[in-house]
Amino acid sequence: MSVLEILTYPDARLKQDSTPVEHFDDALRSFVADLEETRLSGPGAVGIAAPQVGYFQRIVIVDVSQMKRPVPNHGHLILVNPEITAWDGYAVGREGCLSVPDYTGNVIRAERIHLIAFDPLGERMEFDMEGFEARAVQHEMDHLDGLLFLDRLVSKRNDLFRRKTYK
Amino acid sequence: MNWFMLTLVGEDRPGIVAKITATLFQAGCNLGEATMARLGGNFTVMLMVQHAGTLDSLHALIDPVARELGLHAHADLIEGHLHRHLIPDVRVTVYGADRSGIVAQVTGALTAAGFNILDLQSDVGGSEANPVYIMTMEGQSRAGIEALEAALAALKRDGARDGIEVDVQPIETLIG
Repeated sequence: MSVLEILTYPDARLKQDSTPVEHFDDALRSFVADLEETRLSGPGAVGIAAPQVGYFQRIVIVDVSQMKRPVPNHGHLILVNPEITAWDGYAVGREGCLSVPDYTGNVIRAERIHLIAFDPLGERMEFDMEGFEARAVQHEMDHLDGLLFLDRLVSKRNDLFRRKTYK
Repeated sequence: MNWFMLTLVGEDRPGIVAKITATLFQAGCNLGEATMARLGGNFTVMLMVQHAGTLDSLHALIDPVARELGLHAHADLIEGHLHRHLIPDVRVTVYGADRSGIVAQVTGALTAAGFNILDLQSDVGGSEANPVYIMTMEGQSRAGIEALEAALAALKRDGARDGIEVDVQPIETLIG
């Protein structure tokens, strides 16, 4: 296993589309291990996408199970060829990125998603996700289409922050 | 190149930012971080400017344009540092019928409970007869969000928050 170099903006490769994984083989699983080691070596990243290390295949890792304030989650997820098939609701939240150091901004994401993906052995998985986990998946999947959270920034001023509970 | 903090204030009109920044750019200056706001109909901007000369030479550059635009210009030599953003973990929203003392009371209580303000915006909305004060702050809660909530609850018990709504929400920043 090894820690891979993270591409940072304005590296043009971050704007590149990634292609679907076709072979669920040892090479894939070895890459995923490196990708995970790279995620863990960074500053508290809850996710990472393959193109962030210059590997342009549709692979992301998301894990929001270790948050200081626990959020609903499905544990540690390796998502190969992920596809969101349904979206519901929206929320503004703060995001940063390993590929965009020293900047965080507000981004609108769907609050709930239905997700289909494959694991590294090629097994099909399905999830209903909400909140922070759904946000993390959407952030990482954007990388697969050459999008950064900078492409989705909304103004810091006068944003509508929906309250989670109405008192 | 030294960093200066340039502040410009005056009656608002279209084109101020373009004119000022063109003047700076043509003179070889570089801009850092900036914030512009319209406060009570006034144009206000705070601008980090990197300039190869002195405070006097920056004034010589900007004063004629500022005069032409009807703006007061103020500049200070500063210790400028980029790439040192702090990530806020709490957002505080305050609103209520406008009266004196809202900011002092709320921020006083929050500061004593460990709150460090990183960003503050406030507006007076409503009407002449019924002005409404609205403020949003982002910052770091060094003693935890619970300490802030407790401080605000104490303020409420004392009656110091009568007619003021205060909401504290955690900001979870996603890094991915």
